[in-house]
Amino acid sequence: MAGEKPVAFVAERQIPPSPPPVRTGGALGWARDNLFSGVFNTVATLLSLAFVAYILAMVVPWLFLDSVWNASSLQGCREVDDGACLAVINERFLQFVFGFYPEELRWRPILAFVLLFVAIWPALFSSAPRKLLIFSALYPLLAYWLIWGGSFWGPVGAVVGIAIGWACIRFLPPLVRGRLDEGLAFLAAVGAGILATALWWLFGVTAFDGALSSVVAIGLEPVESARLGGFLLSTIIGVSGIAGSLPIGIVLALGRRSHLILIKAVCVGFIEFIRGVPLITLLFVAWLLLSYFLPPGTEFDLILRVVIMVTAFASAYMAEVIRGGLAALPAGQYEAADSLGLDYWKSMRLIILPQALKISIPGIVNTFIGLFKDTTLVIIIGLLDPVGLLQPIRADQNWNGIVWELYGFIALFFFIFCFAMSRYSMYLERNLDVGHR
Amino acid sequence: MSTTGQPHAEPFRVSQLLYDTRYRSYTIQIFALAVIMLAFAWAIDNAVRNLEALGKDIDFGFIFETSAYDINQHLLEYDSTSTHGRAALVGIINTILVAIMGCITATAIGVLAGILRLSRNWIVARLMTVYIETVRNIPVLIWILFTVAIVNEVLPGVRSFRGEDALTGLFFDSVFITNRGFYIPAPVFEAGSAAVVAVLLLSIAAAWYFGRWARARQAATGRILPVFRVRLAILVAPVLVAFFALGSPISLEIPALRGFNFKGGIYMRDSLIGLWLALSVYTGAFIAEIVRAGILAISKGQTEAAYALGLRPGRTMSLVVLPQALRVIVPPLISQFLNLTKNSSLAIAVGYMDATGTLGGITLNQTGREMECILLLMAFYLAASLTISAAMNAYNRSVRLKER
Repeated sequence: MAGEKPVAFVAERQIPPSPPPVRTGGALGWARDNLFSGVFNTVATLLSLAFVAYILAMVVPWLFLDSVWNASSLQGCREVDDGACLAVINERFLQFVFGFYPEELRWRPILAFVLLFVAIWPALFSSAPRKLLIFSALYPLLAYWLIWGGSFWGPVGAVVGIAIGWACIRFLPPLVRGRLDEGLAFLAAVGAGILATALWWLFGVTAFDGALSSVVAIGLEPVESARLGGFLLSTIIGVSGIAGSLPIGIVLALGRRSHLILIKAVCVGFIEFIRGVPLITLLFVAWLLLSYFLPPGTEFDLILRVVIMVTAFASAYMAEVIRGGLAALPAGQYEAADSLGLDYWKSMRLIILPQALKISIPGIVNTFIGLFKDTTLVIIIGLLDPVGLLQPIRADQNWNGIVWELYGFIALFFFIFCFAMSRYSMYLERNLDVGHR
Repeated sequence: MSTTGQPHAEPFRVSQLLYDTRYRSYTIQIFALAVIMLAFAWAIDNAVRNLEALGKDIDFGFIFETSAYDINQHLLEYDSTSTHGRAALVGIINTILVAIMGCITATAIGVLAGILRLSRNWIVARLMTVYIETVRNIPVLIWILFTVAIVNEVLPGVRSFRGEDALTGLFFDSVFITNRGFYIPAPVFEAGSAAVVAVLLLSIAAAWYFGRWARARQAATGRILPVFRVRLAILVAPVLVAFFALGSPISLEIPALRGFNFKGGIYMRDSLIGLWLALSVYTGAFIAEIVRAGILAISKGQTEAAYALGLRPGRTMSLVVLPQALRVIVPPLISQFLNLTKNSSLAIAVGYMDATGTLGGITLNQTGREMECILLLMAFYLAASLTISAAMNAYNRSVRLKER
């Protein structure tokens, strides 16, 4: 029958799929799809290519082929080649980094910078040992001591003040237990603690410092604020502002959503006022007005005043970012926390804030980046951050007439830092995103 | 007569102030109020004593004194015999001028860059990403200084418009771009020009009214009128008729090279140009991201549903996607406008005399009245910000999704 008839053709193996036509696959197909898919697209591609080629043709020879790294003046550069005179950056690099910080003491800010990474390690990566957080808490005073110098016992005295306040709150109430109403005793202890710390800082620290210094004098050579400058100054203001603005911003955001009318009014007033005025006016306040509002004769370092104002400025923006995160949480989270019987602070600390902060990470990092960029504004009140160092360099006879190299160098520095921060925030977003939302 | 439902009327204990939620909030607020008022009292007391020690007082009388300094770019009548108040007003108007110019160009740049970043053309999208990332990660102050440097160093000098093979201006030799700034034609209003302006305003009102009427008619009857063409005619024809009937009362004064400089026309200084361009490019990058986010926020289903209804792509964009995207775009856009306005205070770094440069700069230095000047300056910026954010909130309420 038909079964016995030999079959004309049976494929013995599967034919492998043939490659797509050259025009639709591979690089050519990709280019067809993405670059030349129509008249308009083709024109746009060609224009863009021409633009890129034009920029590269301008920048590459100038920056790489014809640039001069070793010369002692602009004329010297021009004698060698007509490209970028990078010799100015070569010569002034250390000034850009440290400002006028004494040369033989520059190991101190470097050490402080290295320790900074140790201090922020537990904050950035959860795998770090938790014990390091103690070091992080002490780091600000350590860095202050390293950079500004002076007696070691000054910062230690400040820590002792905090310890005294804590001891008052911890140990005073048990002493009067039974004789005084409990709540009243706690209130009194808090008041006494704050008062004791303030009194210690105002009067005790100097005596403490003097007494211990006469026994064991440990100290670093003091450095005046006026000598700080360059990227060191930007980093000091930026890092302190970042470290200060996050906690203050959280408190302000919670205050703005509080049911206590007075607290809410104060927070709203502060936030809206700060967000309504440019940072420059606040720097003017730091520069000219802040000393009016302090007791007569108070000498107060300009950099510290600037740090306070920059922190206040950033915290207002931070508060708005975090408020957005708090508002984005579904009401069920708040209600669930309440139904578990958690009090306000516990529910905030354990349930609400971890989620709200996670949602607001992009905004928080954007605020950090904005703050770091805004540190350049201090040149307007006469501090010598990198942009402020341009003027003295261009006033120098040797380098008179240099423009692009200097701007490019400073821009590159800020770009690297800010770009790294934004990439880190993306990494964090991906890492913390556990699939909700 | 059972009292089981009633709690015992316990005597009030002091600890209730802290542990009883009925009283605790009052305790906290009164405590906070006391602390805040003490802090304020302390600061004000310090300020009074410090001012006394310096022999100063708080006195705004300097506003009416002669300023004795010049402002190089001013829209109002101003010279060095004017008062400090007038100088501040000139500065404020300069701030508003650069803010409005900047907002317009920044929006144009931002919308373009934001749409192009979503382009399917790989290289165009990459270029826009590079633009946005570069600009956003470098401080605006550096951009301002850099742009002013470009204006000063790259653009041709006034001298190159003179002599043999001189450069000619743009637009039939009427706009001159030099390293000292831009020289553009100025309108000259002669007798009868008020009538032309009035006709123009009336035409705008008429065109707006016609558009509304046409829409109402379309909604009622379904008939579509050629709105665009009619509106164009309403806008152009009466104004042209009035213009020529009154004998061309408005003319252009074209800047011309006299001696070492251009005379006539409007002169926009290098600092104004640099500040304007830098703020536009900087804020434009932020606006681009906002526009991109706004467009991406509209789910693809909206577009597909519009296509399914038979709407053409243009109508889909204007009737379905844009109205929804605008709801996402506008609030952050306005906040970028506010940022631009506040960033314009950096004008002081390049010598453009805005409110910060006059009131917070030379007036402050000349009179030595830091407290008053900075208070006035803050009050101006605060008033501007609060006004704009109030307007924004009103807009937000009007476009908010009406849910449940």
